[in-house]
Amino acid sequence: MATKKQARVDVKKTYKLFINGAFPRSESGRVFEVSAKNGDFIANPALASRKDLRDAVTAARAAHSGWSKATAYNRGQILYRIAEMLEGRAEQFESEIALTSQITSLKAKSQVLDAIDRWVWYAGWSDKLQAVSGATNPVAGPFFNFSISEPQGVVAIASSTSFIDFIDAIAAAVVSGNSTVVLVPGSLAVPAMSFAEVLATSDLPAGVINILTGSLDELAPWAASHMDIDGFDISGIDKKKRGALKEAGAENLKRIHAFSTGQSPTRILAFMESKTVWHSVGV
Amino acid sequence: MTFEYAPAPESRAIVSIKPKYGHFINGSFVAGKKHFPTINPATEEILSHISLGGASDVDKAVAAAQKAYTKTWSKLSGKERGKYLYRIARILQERAREFAVLETLDNGKPIRETRDIDIPLVAAHFFYHAGWADKLDYAGLGHSPKAYGVAGQIIPWNFPLLMLAWKVAPALATGNTVVLKPAETTSLTALLFAEVCQQAELPDGVVNIVTGDGSTGAAIVNHPGIHKIAFTGSTDVGKKIARAIASTDKKATLELGGKGANIVFDDAPVDEAVEGIVNGIFFNQGHVCCAGSRLILQESIADEIIEKLKVRMSKIRVGDPLDKNTDLGAINSKEQLVKIKELSAIGDAEGAERWSPQCNLSDKGFWFAPTIFTGVTQAHRIAQEEIFGPVLSVLTFRTPQEAIDKANNTPFGLSAGIWSEKGSRIFWASQHLKAGVIWANTFNKFDPASPFGGYKESGWGREGGKHGLTAYLKTGKETGSK
Repeated sequence: MATKKQARVDVKKTYKLFINGAFPRSESGRVFEVSAKNGDFIANPALASRKDLRDAVTAARAAHSGWSKATAYNRGQILYRIAEMLEGRAEQFESEIALTSQITSLKAKSQVLDAIDRWVWYAGWSDKLQAVSGATNPVAGPFFNFSISEPQGVVAIASSTSFIDFIDAIAAAVVSGNSTVVLVPGSLAVPAMSFAEVLATSDLPAGVINILTGSLDELAPWAASHMDIDGFDISGIDKKKRGALKEAGAENLKRIHAFSTGQSPTRILAFMESKTVWHSVGV
Repeated sequence: MTFEYAPAPESRAIVSIKPKYGHFINGSFVAGKKHFPTINPATEEILSHISLGGASDVDKAVAAAQKAYTKTWSKLSGKERGKYLYRIARILQERAREFAVLETLDNGKPIRETRDIDIPLVAAHFFYHAGWADKLDYAGLGHSPKAYGVAGQIIPWNFPLLMLAWKVAPALATGNTVVLKPAETTSLTALLFAEVCQQAELPDGVVNIVTGDGSTGAAIVNHPGIHKIAFTGSTDVGKKIARAIASTDKKATLELGGKGANIVFDDAPVDEAVEGIVNGIFFNQGHVCCAGSRLILQESIADEIIEKLKVRMSKIRVGDPLDKNTDLGAINSKEQLVKIKELSAIGDAEGAERWSPQCNLSDKGFWFAPTIFTGVTQAHRIAQEEIFGPVLSVLTFRTPQEAIDKANNTPFGLSAGIWSEKGSRIFWASQHLKAGVIWANTFNKFDPASPFGGYKESGWGREGGKHGLTAYLKTGKETGSK
């Protein structure tokens, strides 16, 4: 007698945070629910706490030294590797975005492919930034004087809910050698944590990109007032709420910027500092 | 045997100071309502009375600057704007001695410095930026970058006219108009600069100068007609400005405090290093945000350097700022002198060892002998806080990494110095120091072509060079263009 084959039960993913190259749950034990357009349950991503943020900043600070001192060529290759991993999982991202956001499958597809191309565009800047932003300065005296740009250190990112904005902001911050703590709102948690899996398999040093999912209303003010964060990309924050974050960030004169465009070297340079060195010339 | 110096005073006959000054608004001087005295800090002689600008004066100045921006300055080609700046540069050179003497009288810094450093650099800043005015398309900011409009500029008392030049020259070259407030204790050269604008026939309202105190500065910062703030001064005030403009669209550049590390490695050229240490901290009475106020010596040569430094310090001539042989002039104000004394007393109390050469300081005026503290540790307040006076804190290190760690261990990141004869070591150290300006085998050098500004709590943005132009032009970040 032929037995009817039972429908297979899916193996679902547990959504956690991405801190220092590992996938911990929120220390707070909190989660929030992400649903599909039709209301179906999708996931319970972690609702990151202030302690999770502090842990992520510690990891980012520790990773900064190595990442910023890696050669530009090396950083460029690792970022390109991330694009390769993204490309291989493009369909997964497309379906996650289509499932959890309000856009159509077709739009999700074009957004993912654009995001991969953007990432490649940014990766290529690693060893070209100095040629564009640096200078040798003809001072009036016996000195060899030049200016170079250096990464600021730890940059926090408050992402919008759009996957391509998320990609732009991270790429622009890390290509120069910054390490980042990325704050991800709402349903973007689903593709963002898949992106973390891409990072985990791309030879990116642990701690360079840390991803916290949860509520920007909670996380962004904590990041703005954190004294060991040097820069803060608040492009994903509602305009009316930006002033309060800038005010909090003034305590350590954080470099706080919001961008209305994705693809621009200005966006990279906003989280870099110019250093000018004077060398005496003589025999 | 010792050589005595006969007095060699520069004549003050070249300057004529009016008993009272108004504000410079829309091309002419307008009387102020309230006045306060400005004194010569070397003698406490009252030089003149300066107008205390209020909200209505700032209103008028901003209105004049807005009108000038809309009606004339933004319509002028870069080529024509540049020619005004060249004119200003030339007039400043012609009247350089007058400016030098006036600056020394009002500020207390030695005539040797105003004559040889401040005023020549002022003219150089205008000359340099004049040439940028019609070449902005090539500054790497995209085609035809746009000015912000009206820039509100607030400057400190340590380099009064030089800070004016750092602010006004790039603002005008990039097509902005300005409302500038000089520091309360040092307004005179800014007011003389207003006469230069008149002689250069700069269109009315392009440069407006409102004198006053912190409340005048706050009125500029908070004025809705101002699009861009440029401030040089303390980190505390810088943070207040950052908070004040947080919920506005105003852009800001902030040049704030520092606690510069001057690192001397064991292979340094000792005599040059000693000279550089002295220049690093005693230049301009130590009233320098990028001063090398922390000396970080490799332990093996520390005793030798300190001994030579003490000998060199005993040759520093402290006295009449108008005397051409004077090295160290007067402290700019009583308030600043009190602050220097307070922090030095804290150095004593925390256990550091103070040393100064014997100096005969005048009873009149504000004076502080060149001072070093040895045995300073990183936790000492004199190793962390800006003293802004002729006071040097000395620390030691054993390994190069320790030198870097100590140098970077403050909230500031403005300047640093490296003394070594080994090229690779200099490059290594300069890569690891978190500072916006680094001097290798030199210190306290400035040039209009060289960007200046700090990391961390030393501020936002750069002034000078190609980088300084971005402070006054809309970049892709604001315009949303690609």
